[in-house]
Amino acid sequence: MAQARENNIEIRPYLLSTPAMALYVGMFLIPLIMTLMLSFYSYDMTKGGIIEEFTLANYTEVVTDSYFHGIFLRTLSMSVLVTVFCVLLGTPEAYILHRMSSPWKSICMLAILGPLLVSVVVRTLGWAILIGSKGVINQSLMAIGLIDQPIKLMFTTTGVVIALVHVLIPFMVLSVWASLQKLDPQVESAGQSLGASPFTVLRRIVIPEIMPGILSGSVIVFALTASAFATPSILGGRRLKVVATTAYDEYLGSLNWPLGAAIAVLLLIANIIIIMSYNKFIERKYAQAFK
Amino acid sequence: MSFLHLDGLVKKFGDFVAVERMDLEVEKGEFVSLLGPSGCGKTTTLQMIAGFVTPTQGSIHINGQDITDIKPSKRNLGIVFQSYALFQHMSVFDNVAFGLEMRNIDKAEREERVRETLSLVHLGDFAHRFPRELSGGQQQRVALARALVIQPEVLLLDEPLSALDAKIREDMQIELRAIQRTLGTTTILVTHDQSEAMAMSDRIAVMNKGKLAQVDRPYIAYEHPGDSFVTEFLGKSNVFHGGLKDISDGTSMVDVNGVEFLAHTTKFPLDTNVDVSIRPEKVRLVETGKGRLEGTIKARIFLGTHWVFQIDTRIGEMVVVSQNTGQQDVEEGNNTGLDWSPEEVRMLLRETG
Repeated sequence: MAQARENNIEIRPYLLSTPAMALYVGMFLIPLIMTLMLSFYSYDMTKGGIIEEFTLANYTEVVTDSYFHGIFLRTLSMSVLVTVFCVLLGTPEAYILHRMSSPWKSICMLAILGPLLVSVVVRTLGWAILIGSKGVINQSLMAIGLIDQPIKLMFTTTGVVIALVHVLIPFMVLSVWASLQKLDPQVESAGQSLGASPFTVLRRIVIPEIMPGILSGSVIVFALTASAFATPSILGGRRLKVVATTAYDEYLGSLNWPLGAAIAVLLLIANIIIIMSYNKFIERKYAQAFK
Repeated sequence: MSFLHLDGLVKKFGDFVAVERMDLEVEKGEFVSLLGPSGCGKTTTLQMIAGFVTPTQGSIHINGQDITDIKPSKRNLGIVFQSYALFQHMSVFDNVAFGLEMRNIDKAEREERVRETLSLVHLGDFAHRFPRELSGGQQQRVALARALVIQPEVLLLDEPLSALDAKIREDMQIELRAIQRTLGTTTILVTHDQSEAMAMSDRIAVMNKGKLAQVDRPYIAYEHPGDSFVTEFLGKSNVFHGGLKDISDGTSMVDVNGVEFLAHTTKFPLDTNVDVSIRPEKVRLVETGKGRLEGTIKARIFLGTHWVFQIDTRIGEMVVVSQNTGQQDVEEGNNTGLDWSPEEVRMLLRETG
């Protein structure tokens, strides 16, 4: 009897987590392993497509070809830029929001989170309408005579970065917001009573204390930018390729699935390495704040 | 002129008057408690002294200087917050050094003063720990050290002990008082705990509904409360409503439902509605028929050093506290006589409404 009960207790957690495990294995792990396997196959149109033989050719191609270097570098610099802008805009935004009084707090929170309810594709198309050479922004600037020529934003890195910052900033705000909620409201008063100006209080006390939120927010934004597909593909077009759109093109354009898989796997590995070393670095630097 | 002077201080939040015409003078080196229930305006008063809340009217002077419009960062006050408000990302040393750094004090002196203050609060060995690694009592000491190291003109304590366990709280009360005496720092303590206020302060300022009800030395405030609010807030008391019947020879006779209370005062005219009050420890249990009032013991609670009796009488319930003398001669359900001396009866104007 006692034994049976013991067994029950041991089995129950596994039983309860089975549905989630099944979903995770079926929808994530198996496709991931299949993609990994696919990336080691080769492709030959003349021999009927994918040849199931082990080869490193796809990886060698990506690693040695300067065409792919350019794409990876562009993705990296875009991710860094978007992350930096999200930190610079999102942190003050969260702080101001935190200091607001109701009902404005809830209204502004809704305004910031609202875009998350709209599909990324729809939001990106909205940006296309705004920034196109015949778009709202250029038309208005030309109408009031500030510019003669339309500013080129469509199909440029600038345009993609602007739209991605808009798409991803809610994650940054939410992350910093969560840290601010944990901050003791009297800490700022304490700093002032010790003789620090409001600016010094921000620089020396508030920002270090919410650093964990800023850092985890930037990890989320970085990872999402590096793997972003919809925004770069709509606003960047065919010429301004990033890793995600390149993998897509290999799959559906050139039908070279193994090469597409290799690109996807390399993106995943690069993402993991960057995020993990970043985490290591910040954990060391802000060891106390993380405890 | 006194060292800290609150002159006609008023704070309104919209229509709500948080503090109503507050006048208080505190001498240099004095320890004064602002005592009152929550919402009485004590914290708002402290916030006005600290500079985090701007008074609607009135002024605050420290050492003859008007600081009403001076920024909190320029007031040179040490504040210990209820939540301690330590800087979690800084070590104990850096927390304490922060105020000195803001004052541009050079590194060698800074180090020396931080060490001195930390050893004053018995945290000399904890300089390199972080706040999270300390117990509540130790965090409290860091907060105190951080406030004291800048040698503030006035030390403000905002319910600093309320988060501590009863035992540590008592120890900290004694220690805090000792440190304050040593340094001679003028101190204002905000608390809702009357025993804490009485244990630590030179004077208690009892506040009620935004107003000062009484400012006195703890013993005086306890023995001679100015009104029924102070009577009931400072310690326990038996309060009965009565009518003033007779005045003669410096004594007043108050009738409470047929029971006569003699009080040694003549401060009110005849037929005034008054309250009479008598402290539980001033009432004696005597043999039936030998006291001024008869009653039945409803409940008896043993608290180690003393007994608390709840006694039903014809004028209502009376609480009596008697010292534990090692004898147990009264049981629940017994009838008993109650006696007291007229000197212990306090007569207060009945609050209307």
